[in-house]
Amino acid sequence: MSNQLILNGGGLAGRFWRGVGLVVLLLAAVVALGPLLWTLTTSLRTPAEAFTNPPKWLPVNPDFGNYSAVFQQVPIGTFLLNSTIVTMLIVVGQTITCTLSGYAFAMIRFPGRNAIFGIFLATMMVPLQTIIIPVFVIVKTLGLTDSLGALVIPALGSAFGTFLMRQYFMQMPLELGEAARIDGASQFQIFTMVYARMAAPAVATLAILNFSAFWAEFYRPLIFLQSQDTFTLPLGLVGLQGNLGTGSISVVLAGVVLAMVPSVLLFVFAQRYFIEGVTAGSFR
Amino acid sequence: MSTLAPPRSGHSRPPRTDPERRPRRGTRRLARREAGFGFLMISPAVLFVAVFTLAPMVASVALSFFSWDVITPPRFVGLDNFERIVGDDAVVSSFGTTLLLAFGIVVVQLVVGLGLAVLVNQRRRPAAKTFFRTTFYLPLLASTAAVSIFMGYMFDMKFGVINYYLNAVGLPSVPWLTSTWGAIVTIILIAAWQQVGFTFVMFVAALTSLPTDVLEAAAIDGAGPVRTLFGVKIPLISPTILFAAVVAMINALQLFDQPFIMTKGGPGTATTTATIVMYQTGFQNLQFGYASAIATVLLVIILAITGLQFLAARKWAFYR
Repeated sequence: MSNQLILNGGGLAGRFWRGVGLVVLLLAAVVALGPLLWTLTTSLRTPAEAFTNPPKWLPVNPDFGNYSAVFQQVPIGTFLLNSTIVTMLIVVGQTITCTLSGYAFAMIRFPGRNAIFGIFLATMMVPLQTIIIPVFVIVKTLGLTDSLGALVIPALGSAFGTFLMRQYFMQMPLELGEAARIDGASQFQIFTMVYARMAAPAVATLAILNFSAFWAEFYRPLIFLQSQDTFTLPLGLVGLQGNLGTGSISVVLAGVVLAMVPSVLLFVFAQRYFIEGVTAGSFR
Repeated sequence: MSTLAPPRSGHSRPPRTDPERRPRRGTRRLARREAGFGFLMISPAVLFVAVFTLAPMVASVALSFFSWDVITPPRFVGLDNFERIVGDDAVVSSFGTTLLLAFGIVVVQLVVGLGLAVLVNQRRRPAAKTFFRTTFYLPLLASTAAVSIFMGYMFDMKFGVINYYLNAVGLPSVPWLTSTWGAIVTIILIAAWQQVGFTFVMFVAALTSLPTDVLEAAAIDGAGPVRTLFGVKIPLISPTILFAAVVAMINALQLFDQPFIMTKGGPGTATTTATIVMYQTGFQNLQFGYASAIATVLLVIILAITGLQFLAARKWAFYR
């Protein structure tokens, strides 16, 4: 509070500049939301008036026909299901592997711990795009091409996830585990009954970041998947756009809106963790 | 060896890192059991990271020295692939395009993100802060594929809503995606539009956690809002700015989805990024060795730029 009072002052000039600031912010909000609102309203127009300008910004008489049309014209139900399966398996899988490894790197002493963790940190800096060819070869060798496994299995472990979980476990007091040990708990019990339960916020952060990343993924599906019944939503939508040409963009946009709904809903419910996840690691 | 050295019992004692973190209490057997448990815990993550990140990293560099079309066995060609890159105008220009697009995207993202963060930080009502934070973060939630699709329609030269409004205020239509510079500017704007929320959120968090006493001192010394911003706030959050710049740059150098979906790399090769050339070379023309060499050069560029950013940061990022 005092922070802002100092900066803005109480004078007329201060008030004027705060007003200007608000106008700029509102304009920026229009720019940020405009395309999303346009997409939503256009998806509710009949294909015939999809291209008419100016767009109707408020959906008066919305036509939900495009939403049923998108289900008829492409197997969008299958895309939705595929995306859900892939995303969920990766989220659950990474939660398990990263919680285990993050805990071990933070709390357990074993030879080579720091060296192995150092290698993990180094791999975090290598972009997927630059190693995709060998990954493709491995996926092909394992016979996973054109299956959802091609997307899931390579993503089950993560250096970033391990790092995130380790950071969180590092803050936890060692005394709790020692007390449990004196009470006769085994190593594994100490992990599951004491520390893993306290890691819920970090698990939520990782799960949410993974959800939004893998739900939106386009590059790996493009390379690994060939037949339409294995397509995930982003790939399916781009295919849909190609199939339909320019005739009925409303139908394509109905698909786009459907694809965005789960992420937006998740964001509404888990805003805090989204923000936490993005800012994690930016300090220090 | 001095007499003060601790007596050495046993020969394979586990390394005692940070001794104050845990009182030394175990016998050798206990320590060994603990180590075994540690290895067990990291093994799933290590397995997947080793197979799907570490090994491919090594393989990718190794593959750069081979010629391989997947069907016939790989053939060692030494530095041929890299020599070919130097003489391949399409590849060389794709690196230029990548740098140009990435630089544009990161600059817009940092400047706009910082500007919005400063303005939001000055709002008094928490509801206003939450509203703007949510609003600016929303575009990040759409997939790049979805964004490329709807932005492609909005920036259409003839039917697009953007040109409609330009015409409405008396400006001529702009060939957004059909001219060289139009496409470059449009891709930068669209990628930055989506990513701005990322830098914005980080800067808001950093500005919110600024120490009040320093700002008070600045005010007492008579610094106005502008002086305070450039003389106090920005230097104080410079580590966050550096971090945001590095992450944004690593992302932007891998730009693929937007140009691939919206312009197919065109018009001509105006928006053909290195990753698009890599995709075409590897997965369409099946020249896996050559594509790996392109990937290796891209990796070196990414690492070099990241390193440069950290070096430059020594000059302007202040750590407390």
